[in-house]
Amino acid sequence: MNPTISRLKILDIVPFGSGPKHEFFALRLTPPKWESCAPGQFVMLRPLPARSEAVCPRPFSICKLTGGHLIVFFQVCGRVTAEMAALQAGDTVQVTGPLGNSLPVRADRPTLILAGGIGIAPFVEYVDKHPRPATLTVEFAHRHPLACYPFEGIAEKCAARSHMETVEQDRDAIVALMEQRIREFAPAGLVLACGPTPFLRLVGNTAAACGAEAHLCLETRMACGIGACQGCVVKALLPAADDAPPVLRSGPAAPPDDGAFVRTCACGPTFRADQVIF
Amino acid sequence: MDNTGVTLAGPFASLTLKNPVLTASGTFGYGLEFAPYGDLRKLGGIVVKGLSLKPREGNPMPRTAESACGLLNAVGLQNCGAEAFLRDILPALPADKVPVIANLYGTTPEEFAELAGMLSDEKGIAGIEVNISCPNVREGGQLFGQDPRLAAAVTAAVRARAGRLPLIVKLTPNVTDIAAVARACEDAGADIISCINTLSGTAVDLVTRKPRLSVTFGGLSGPAVKPVALRCVLQVARAVSIPVIGIGGIRCAEDVLEFILVGAHAVQVGSASFSCPDTVFRIVEELPAVAEKYGVADWESFRASLITD
Ligand SMILES: Cc1cc2nc3c(=O)[nH]c(=O)nc-3n(C[C@H](O)[C@H](O)[C@H](O)COP(=O)(O)OP(=O)(O)OC[C@H]3O[C@@H](n4cnc5c(N)ncnc54)[C@H](O)[C@@H]3O)c2cc1C
Ligand SMILES: Cc1cc2nc3c(=O)[nH]c(=O)nc-3n(C[C@H](O)[C@H](O)[C@H](O)COP(=O)(O)O)c2cc1C
Ligand code: FES
Repeated sequence: MNPTISRLKILDIVPFGSGPKHEFFALRLTPPKWESCAPGQFVMLRPLPARSEAVCPRPFSICKLTGGHLIVFFQVCGRVTAEMAALQAGDTVQVTGPLGNSLPVRADRPTLILAGGIGIAPFVEYVDKHPRPATLTVEFAHRHPLACYPFEGIAEKCAARSHMETVEQDRDAIVALMEQRIREFAPAGLVLACGPTPFLRLVGNTAAACGAEAHLCLETRMACGIGACQGCVVKALLPAADDAPPVLRSGPAAPPDDGAFVRTCACGPTFRADQVIF
Repeated sequence: MDNTGVTLAGPFASLTLKNPVLTASGTFGYGLEFAPYGDLRKLGGIVVKGLSLKPREGNPMPRTAESACGLLNAVGLQNCGAEAFLRDILPALPADKVPVIANLYGTTPEEFAELAGMLSDEKGIAGIEVNISCPNVREGGQLFGQDPRLAAAVTAAVRARAGRLPLIVKLTPNVTDIAAVARACEDAGADIISCINTLSGTAVDLVTRKPRLSVTFGGLSGPAVKPVALRCVLQVARAVSIPVIGIGGIRCAEDVLEFILVGAHAVQVGSASFSCPDTVFRIVEELPAVAEKYGVADWESFRASLITD
């Protein structure tokens, strides 16, 4: 599906979690020009008219796409997400997408999904569109109360557990659990992870140590999201052709030995864990 | 306005464009990245990402940081190298329908000259833009553009090898007297001057007490730099008799007219292509009507018609 630019109306914006100050929202939009996408793909989004001081749109995972609407789930953490939280039904946003590659879907292999925080977003769509959700197992680590995240929809469809990190010590237990689960899924299973970089590094290292096939969905900072600025690179062991413009992605070039900077938006956001050098 | 084309006639070679709107180097990839968002053939021209002799790896992340109405970048000129560009990418561009201009980055006048030599016989290349002003790379770059003598040396070296190609020299705003640098480049054989490149800047994080860019300093672009860019174009256009291409913070057709009003023959759209990937295509489409709205009969009579006392 070729990416396009859509100007979409907000149907509603639903705060998640309780308390006076909300940080998590589901932004429900009118359907974009494109009708389908693959789970793991993302959009570049910007409120319109562009009245803020921000120059660049921001990347968000496609949390859900149906005939009736597109949902983006976001956490307020800076200028644009704060502005998005103040939007209202009827307002317009600019949405470019679908962008990037997708998370692998293998109905024939037990699949372990590891999500950290807002990294849960792409898995809502993933679980939703998966042909055999019974083969999926989800372990979700989070810092805010569970009600802040779109976890319920996932737990309805497959085996899913959540783990809250309230104090520093909780992390060790969560790390140990994640490591153990990855080992259980090696070598026949598939491990998918999305979350903060230290979390992904842990998944990558553990998977490498026990021979599990893992794929990581990165949340690198992006300026353009479409391969034009080189501002979103990650060090990776990829054939040079993978970082070329789409029309040229065929040539068999050998991957460099010590890795090269490749664009997360154009070659990712999902990479095989053994190809990423953190 | 029906005829929106423009010719940038330099002393050695000219550049003829079907409209005065090009893309700015480093903000439009190699061009192909934008094919899903508009018809590349409708653009005045495509200036591709800066090319060096050897592929360059660029700086570590983070490479970008936003400021109010501006974007700081320190990409460090990551690029595939001139050879790979000519072999793999240029053939995929519609170079017979839209002028493709190669932006060059070198660390010595000899390197610049060698690059120019590689490109001068390429059918698909319509012009050379020499980046003597990139503030992101610690070695070289900045030095040439900040010293009229060094700027002239690079210009002369490239001129000698550029053959039939129009030679654009792109200036940095990070100088005291940009007109002096422009004159030096004109005297050394430039056909066209383009300005501005990014403004040197930095951004810091109070929580981590670290710079927001891995290499501390970066280049500022976007709407925040437009007043500086307009000032530079005005000063340069008054100082030289060769055509000037205006760059800096252009977001809409009105911005294009402002640059032409102060003396530009053409413009380049940069970071605005990040805000929305179809920006430059929309500007091209809207320009004739907007020009008409402001009573512009033709570019020739409108250019540099700024009224000052
Ligand atoms: C492919 C992809 C998918 C994403 N999906 C989602 C999603 O579904 N939901 C969601 O809430 N977020 C998602 N993100 C992250 C989201 O893009 C950022 O939270 C958003 O850009 C922040 O914008 P802002 O203007 O609010 O923050 P800014 O004001 O730009 O930044 C606030 C602070 O965060 C830092 N920062 C900004 N972006 C990043 C980053 N990527 N990594 C590290 N530090 C950063 C800045 O330096 C600054 O200190 C995704 C990112 C990517 C690349
Ligand atoms: C991410 C990025 C990369 C750039 N790379 C180059 C480059 O390789 N060569 C060059 O001459 N200018 C480069 N520039 C400068 C732009 O071409 C332009 O001069 C500058 O961004 C100002 O225009 P704008 O405000 O419209 O973006 C780059 C700018 C950005 C934002
Ligand atoms: S965000 Fe611009 S190249 Fe990836």
